[in-house]
Amino acid sequence: MAGAFTDYPTSTSTFDEAVAADGRVRAAYDQVATQFEEFGLDDVRNRAEYVSKSYHDQGVTFDYEGEERPFPLDIVPRIIEASTWSHVEEGVGQRVRALEAFLADVYGAMQIVTDRVLPRHVVTTSKHYHRVAYGIQPVNGVRVHVSGIDLIRDAEGTFRVLEDNVRIPSGVSYVLTNRRAMTSTLPEVVGTHRIRPVAAYPDRLLRALRAAAPSGVQDPEVVVLTPGPYNSAYFEHSLLARLMGCRLVEGRDLVTQGGRVMMRTTHGLQPVHVIYRRVDDDFLDPVAFRNDSVLGCPGLLNAARAGNVTIANAVGNGVADDKLMYSYVPDLIRYYLGEEPLLPNVDTWRLEDPGHREEVLDRLDELVLKPVDGSGGKGIVIGPQADAAELDQLRTAVLRDPRGWIAQPVVQLSTIPTMVEEGMRPRHVDLRPFAINDGEKVWVLPGGLTRVALGEGDLIVNSSRGGGSKDTWVLSGDGRRSRFQRQSQRSLPLGTAPQVALTRSEAEPAEQEQQQQQTGGMPC
Amino acid sequence: MLSRIAESLYWIGRYLERAEDTSRLLEVHLTRLLEDPVVDEEEVSRILLRVMGIDDEASPDHHTVLQLLGWDESSSTSMVAAFHGARESARRSRETVSTEMWEAINTTWNMMRGNRLQHLPAHRACQLVRERCAVVGGIADSTMSHDEGWQYLLLGRSLERVDMTSRIIETAAYSADGPYAWTQTLRACGAHHAFVRTYRGDATDQRAAEFLLVDRLFPRSVLFALDRAEEALQALEGGTRVPSTEALRALGRARARFEFGALEDLTVDLPTRMSDLQRTCSAVNDAVSSHFFDGAGQTVWRAGVR
Repeated sequence: MAGAFTDYPTSTSTFDEAVAADGRVRAAYDQVATQFEEFGLDDVRNRAEYVSKSYHDQGVTFDYEGEERPFPLDIVPRIIEASTWSHVEEGVGQRVRALEAFLADVYGAMQIVTDRVLPRHVVTTSKHYHRVAYGIQPVNGVRVHVSGIDLIRDAEGTFRVLEDNVRIPSGVSYVLTNRRAMTSTLPEVVGTHRIRPVAAYPDRLLRALRAAAPSGVQDPEVVVLTPGPYNSAYFEHSLLARLMGCRLVEGRDLVTQGGRVMMRTTHGLQPVHVIYRRVDDDFLDPVAFRNDSVLGCPGLLNAARAGNVTIANAVGNGVADDKLMYSYVPDLIRYYLGEEPLLPNVDTWRLEDPGHREEVLDRLDELVLKPVDGSGGKGIVIGPQADAAELDQLRTAVLRDPRGWIAQPVVQLSTIPTMVEEGMRPRHVDLRPFAINDGEKVWVLPGGLTRVALGEGDLIVNSSRGGGSKDTWVLSGDGRRSRFQRQSQRSLPLGTAPQVALTRSEAEPAEQEQQQQQTGGMPC
Repeated sequence: MLSRIAESLYWIGRYLERAEDTSRLLEVHLTRLLEDPVVDEEEVSRILLRVMGIDDEASPDHHTVLQLLGWDESSSTSMVAAFHGARESARRSRETVSTEMWEAINTTWNMMRGNRLQHLPAHRACQLVRERCAVVGGIADSTMSHDEGWQYLLLGRSLERVDMTSRIIETAAYSADGPYAWTQTLRACGAHHAFVRTYRGDATDQRAAEFLLVDRLFPRSVLFALDRAEEALQALEGGTRVPSTEALRALGRARARFEFGALEDLTVDLPTRMSDLQRTCSAVNDAVSSHFFDGAGQTVWRAGVR
């Protein structure tokens, strides 16, 4: 019987998160490796097939070239230890706070330009710097209600930021469904780990959206705005709406009247106060942006300016996650927060700088070039994998529009064992933690979406390029949970039956443990 | 609730019922071709297709019928197309329909898509469609909140049932001289067993027609379905003091005609009566969409996804 990790290839040039270069399984994965070994490869494979079938039936899909496909979920979880995570969590929170401050500044006083920390043209030449958003003051100061900060681990295992997504980051729905799928597929394995739960996300999101409602509205009507069922992330839009108990609206369901946004219901027009929009700026309001768009609703932006509706995330956020701006984020953290960045960037050349440009053009075949406003891995050229013709094209493109490109060294993303045709093989992954800002605190969902490139050696993990995902487990404490503990709970003597809590506790297990230690309560 | 979602739910109701009823109709048709030694295949196929709104088939046989009413995804009258309509409408209102209901619909669609039904024996395929529709309907009944959205689902389902039952009866009426015509029709409505139990040995064509048209206890009779549709509409109007919509008035008129008309007149000129009933359904549909769905309508019988 072949074990799950038998013959797993190791490498010294990339960091494998489960198996060290000497073939030793890292501590966090110890238990999973043992349990997979006990199952045997065939059983693991069967379970993997079960996941794929259940995603197909549940319709956990994304749109791939016009076709609905189940989103591939790999059977091997990604495991992050508590101490590693707390560093990531703080780093992500720090980044979001700096980006919030930056957005407030560039749609206001532009102090950072006055103080010569950032050249004015970097802001004003950004395609996503929308003058129409100037002067719209968010009620509770929040513009980045939801963010997804993409991280990678380099060859040393250091987490680095790859890009910031503060417009309409997607993927969180897979975090929620992946956990449910893993629980039903690998109950034995999930049961022996103490994993921080992810199910609180919709509650947190709804709370943040309600907190952003226009002032004076007691019971705000929060809606999710989708471009419609043919959008690649439609599954996510409907899942979030369902889990929050909100209405999922399309542009044609909305209408503006006298600076207010209303929706068409069977009982006439009813007011809308907060719009969690999943429609890009450009398509949101034909009055302000593309006048050929029918996905949004005319007059939305005026309603937002009048303070009658909150658009989340705010219009114009794209100026902060532009890939050129990315290279300045460490400076923004120092300038706005007076702190040193906790999570480093990947080294980045700005091609509008003549010195940088010259160097990069000489080394095109070694570097990765990215268009500054591309998303979903679109337009990225990986130098070592490109042929001469592609590089020539690239050179012309860069010279034509240097502001439109950045260059980075090829970073060997870390790998994790992944179930493929031949068995368990290392595949490259990244990580997108999601953060919610409710105006008081930036909350980071424990874990986030681990995307995995399913082809051997592939470095692009986007689902639009055939990537899959992994369930991401953030361990609590030492991460172990033994059967013995669970049984002892079940056999509590009758007299000490735990009281039913009157309000649902929203504290995380880690926080709960602390509180219980203080109050001497029962472990749960 | 959002007008668009209300409309989706209404169409889920209609499409599911349409898929189910089409499968009944199809199965009975195939049985008849097999069991009746003197049947003229082309003639009965033509009648069936005409009743279902297809007039232009030159010399239809059971293959054509199977394609057009069974599997052809591009034919708007096929049960597969109807189910696809239900699935797309459910996809558009996925945050509103219950998770279990969505999964039941989606799983069924995965069983049907890509011509999968064609590889089954025709009877088995028809049975599968009916069973899956029953599963979806049952899950909807027990997992959806019986709120406004539910009433739209019920309205769509009941209205479609009136329409389809009238089409089934119309096919029987065209071949009323055949000895098995009404037996087959009862089967097509899933009513044979209930009918036999109700009338024991005393079964006549007249009684069969009565049973399908005005029986108060049988859920697929025209009167029963009209009643249900009316109830749902009344619930949606929220107890206004006078029947306020054209839809409600049209339904009421149709119901009164069946409820209080003389029994012996029921079977006189049945095809015309049934066509009238179908026109009423279409008028009610238009009135419902312009009143509740904010004119987003322009939906005709075969308009596709809403």
